[in-house]
Amino acid sequence: MIHFVLLISRQGKVRLTKWYSTYTQKERTKVIRELSGVILTRGPKLCNFVEWRGFKVVYKRYASLYFCMCIDQDDNELEILEIIHHYVEILDRYFGSVCELDLIFNFHKAYYILDEILIAGELQESSKKTVARLIAAQDSLVETAKEQASSISNIIAQATK
Amino acid sequence: MSGPSLMDSLFQRSLEDLIKGLRQQLIGEQAFISKALEEIRKEIKSTDLSIKSTALLKLSYLSSLHFHDMSFATFHALEVLSSPRFSHKKIAYHAISLSFHDSTPVLLLITNHLRKDLTSTNEFEVSLSLRCLSKIANVDLARDLTPEIFTLMSSNKLYVRKKAVAVVLRVFEKYPDSVRVCFKRLVENLDNSDPQILSAVIGVFCELACKDPRSYLPLAPEFYKILVDSKNNWVLIKVLKIFAKLAPLEPRLAKRVVEPICDHMRRTGAKSLLFECVRTVVTSLSEYDSAVRLAVGKVPEFLVDEDPNLKYLGLQVLSIVAQKHLWAVSQNKEAVIKSLSDADPNIKIESLRLVMAMVSECNVTEISRVLVNHALKSDPEFCNEILGSILSTCSRNVYEIIVDFDWYVSLLGEMSRIPHCHKGEEIENQLIDIGIRVKDVRLELVRVSRDLLIDPALLGNFFLHRVLCAASWASGEYVKFSRNPLELMEALLQPRTRLLPPSIRAIYIQSAFKVLVFCLHTYLMQRGSTFSSTSPDNLPSVVSASVSDESFDNLSVENGVDATVTHGQICTPAFITNESIVNLLNMVELALGPLVGSHDVEVQERARNVLGFVDLTKLKFLNYSVQEENDSEGKGVEASNIIELMHDAFSKELGPISLSAQGNVSLPDGLIVKENLGDLEMICCDIELPSSNSFSFGSPCEEKDGVSFSNLQIKEDSEQSNESTSLLAEHRKRHGLYYLPLGKSEISNDYPPANDPILQGNINGNAVDLVKITEESLVPKRKPSHAKPRPVVVKLDEVDEKPVALKKFESKDDSLSGAVRDILFGSEDMVPTSSQSNLSDKSSSKRKGKEKQHTAPHVESKENLVDDGNPSSRRRKYRSHGKERRHRSPRKKTAEEREGQKEKEKSSHRHGRHKSGQRAEEPLNVSAQAPVIPDFLL
Repeated sequence: MIHFVLLISRQGKVRLTKWYSTYTQKERTKVIRELSGVILTRGPKLCNFVEWRGFKVVYKRYASLYFCMCIDQDDNELEILEIIHHYVEILDRYFGSVCELDLIFNFHKAYYILDEILIAGELQESSKKTVARLIAAQDSLVETAKEQASSISNIIAQATK
Repeated sequence: MSGPSLMDSLFQRSLEDLIKGLRQQLIGEQAFISKALEEIRKEIKSTDLSIKSTALLKLSYLSSLHFHDMSFATFHALEVLSSPRFSHKKIAYHAISLSFHDSTPVLLLITNHLRKDLTSTNEFEVSLSLRCLSKIANVDLARDLTPEIFTLMSSNKLYVRKKAVAVVLRVFEKYPDSVRVCFKRLVENLDNSDPQILSAVIGVFCELACKDPRSYLPLAPEFYKILVDSKNNWVLIKVLKIFAKLAPLEPRLAKRVVEPICDHMRRTGAKSLLFECVRTVVTSLSEYDSAVRLAVGKVPEFLVDEDPNLKYLGLQVLSIVAQKHLWAVSQNKEAVIKSLSDADPNIKIESLRLVMAMVSECNVTEISRVLVNHALKSDPEFCNEILGSILSTCSRNVYEIIVDFDWYVSLLGEMSRIPHCHKGEEIENQLIDIGIRVKDVRLELVRVSRDLLIDPALLGNFFLHRVLCAASWASGEYVKFSRNPLELMEALLQPRTRLLPPSIRAIYIQSAFKVLVFCLHTYLMQRGSTFSSTSPDNLPSVVSASVSDESFDNLSVENGVDATVTHGQICTPAFITNESIVNLLNMVELALGPLVGSHDVEVQERARNVLGFVDLTKLKFLNYSVQEENDSEGKGVEASNIIELMHDAFSKELGPISLSAQGNVSLPDGLIVKENLGDLEMICCDIELPSSNSFSFGSPCEEKDGVSFSNLQIKEDSEQSNESTSLLAEHRKRHGLYYLPLGKSEISNDYPPANDPILQGNINGNAVDLVKITEESLVPKRKPSHAKPRPVVVKLDEVDEKPVALKKFESKDDSLSGAVRDILFGSEDMVPTSSQSNLSDKSSSKRKGKEKQHTAPHVESKENLVDDGNPSSRRRKYRSHGKERRHRSPRKKTAEEREGQKEKEKSSHRHGRHKSGQRAEEPLNVSAQAPVIPDFLL
């Protein structure tokens, strides 16, 4: 299974973290520090796998972002690379040629999309179209709620409560 | 309180504001964050849910990307969770799965929220709460929400259903009893046609099977069906993983799956699937030669690929194969060796491992040569990686693969000269270890040590100090093999030794001491022999040689020539003149004089020892020419006696001793070890109890007592004196370096005396019985360089051999697998409530039908392929077995044991009873229910 997912920028800034196994906050910072030290220093033409504390970390760089996933020893690395690519494609479709800034400002959306792809450290949806549809549906749910909340009548109602 | 709420919501910093502010960094990141946190703390207490949720969102942002503690907000997250709005729920669930853990106090309060959302009609709400549950579930949550999960697992909304299936994994893990409720339904889902659901179920089974494969053997037919029918690579990869776990447990199953896997291997274009097939074959099906050959045939595809990922994986596969099929590695030798100079360190290390796997007795020399040359060229890190693996491979199993130790020792010397070498400690250990174990190599060892010692440049390299330490010890200990002890002495006392750390310097001084004693002794011997053999007119030539450096140099040259001529094991050093001795003594005094004031105790003490010794003996040599005429004077005799004694003391050999040897010393009767030994002084007043360090080899500080004691010790050393235990312990503590590593378990009763040569121990005791004598000369025909037999390598039996802990994977008796087995091996009566039992009954019967369904075609189609034994006889056997059980079952019926084997047995008994009517017609079915063997596959 996937133990965690990290998005790290080339400068070592963390853009997204998702933990499927239990790590304390302290361990999390340590993991990220260690891994970004290992991964960011690796050159461009090297393989995408790093052995780390008995686990394997599969990473892939897209533009300025490193997508890293930590898996067990006997998991399939190529499969994980596909999952990463899958995620990136969905992000790309959702944001329209995604860039780092999109992820920075919509960090929660990046999470929600990831949540549609992975659950409990396993892939749950391999169809891009389905994920896009699900996300759109949820977005519209949120939007209607927001519209309600920010409508004038609502504000007045609140103010005169 | 309405006003502030409005104002707050209007002027609250949104997440976007927060992120922008962070990026602008007007006041510095830390300051900005702490300010934002302050705001959040205030906002999160607001009664307005929008404000609260925005605050929570900001907080989860800070927590997940800047790792700020958000435990203070756990209760607020719950409050937001109770909001009817989807957007709020989403934020709350995100925050909760981010921050909650098993010991979060408010975890108890979340159960009802989750339950409410799990039963919601909005599938997205259900999915939110499922996702959250997959992260935070603990025992209580898993227990309380099992019914809801159970319902959702057969939901007709696929979106919800696949999530419920995925969550089940966590629920099982936390609350194994839920297996009894949910497992059947999970198995039913294996039959689902939707690929996403199938993928989720297989994912769950894959994880479960990793932990305890044996329990899932009965499901093999279902998995087999998927393996054959599925076109989905995601699913296939997981199924292959499951079979990789199951196949080793059940040979018949392995036989069945080999073909389909090979089919996939031939057919697929996807590298990920191909890789998984190859890996499954080499890990779990390595007995099937054709499959392995097919898999290995695919490996070059990976190795020669441009993509470094594939190359890396190809190497990994090879290293798995290498354990059983070394030929696979040799087949791809070129690609492997080429990858040694790859740009990627991971690939390099992987290929290094493979190269080391190829090492054997006959090619170790060549490979090491290649690797050492490669190490010289590569970057420091990889260089050390190479050296480390050479060292560990060569020393494996007490230097099993080394035949030519002279070569190996010189290789060690060479390796320590490699500029980036950081393996000093390992080399040190091996040099000493080999010196002690292999008698024949000592000559070469001393030569290598000498080369290392006389090079002043090496002293400046911090990483080499440990090697030098070993070299100095070896040259002191085995000085009798030295061609030129005088030169050695110079090397040991050279001024640059001040660069050494004190602990190593002390060893240098100690070695110098040994060499000195050896020189003096040799000189005396020579004198003795010249006296006896030749007339005094030989003497003047010796005496008349002028005291100059010239003669010294000449001497060493001559010695060199001499030594090369001598054939014997021991090169008798050439003639030592009185002048060179005097020079030697002067040199010692000069070099060690300043060290008497050293701050390091060890150095100071040893220096004093040596100087004291020099003081005692110097006189004799200074006035030698005068004294020898009237030799009857006491002084000279006494000095030579001292030298004799010291020489005896040093020439006793230190054998390898197992660290656990002391445990075998039986206490002599009547000895009370714990008693105060104060009055022992009365008994040994004339021997004077030695201070412990006089026993440590070669530092008798008070000459007389020390010497006499060590002499005594040597004479008596076969006896186990009272002190031996404590002294030995003391000695080990101080010189643990020179002892063998501690063995783990039982050691035979005999205890090798510290100073006994091990070969003797071999004869009289079984503790040291393993002197490894390699069969014949072991010379591979094509390697003439190995023409000499492998020297004897001393081994201590159990201690050296690491007990190969064959950790057979015992199926754990943990509750999860127990529960799974209960279900799988048929136990309807285990399910507690009636409704559930109905359910599972239903499903089980359904499952059985299914089993028949898909066993049937496979069996029919493959029966002729599988040709192991007579199926009907097997069936008969099972049937009679079943009958037997049926007879027994009534007796056991009342038994109420609730765990393990018993339980399984019992449940199958009952089962047997229920089904007894049907059995006659359905023998296949019975065998399917047999507890251990999933025979129906065959």
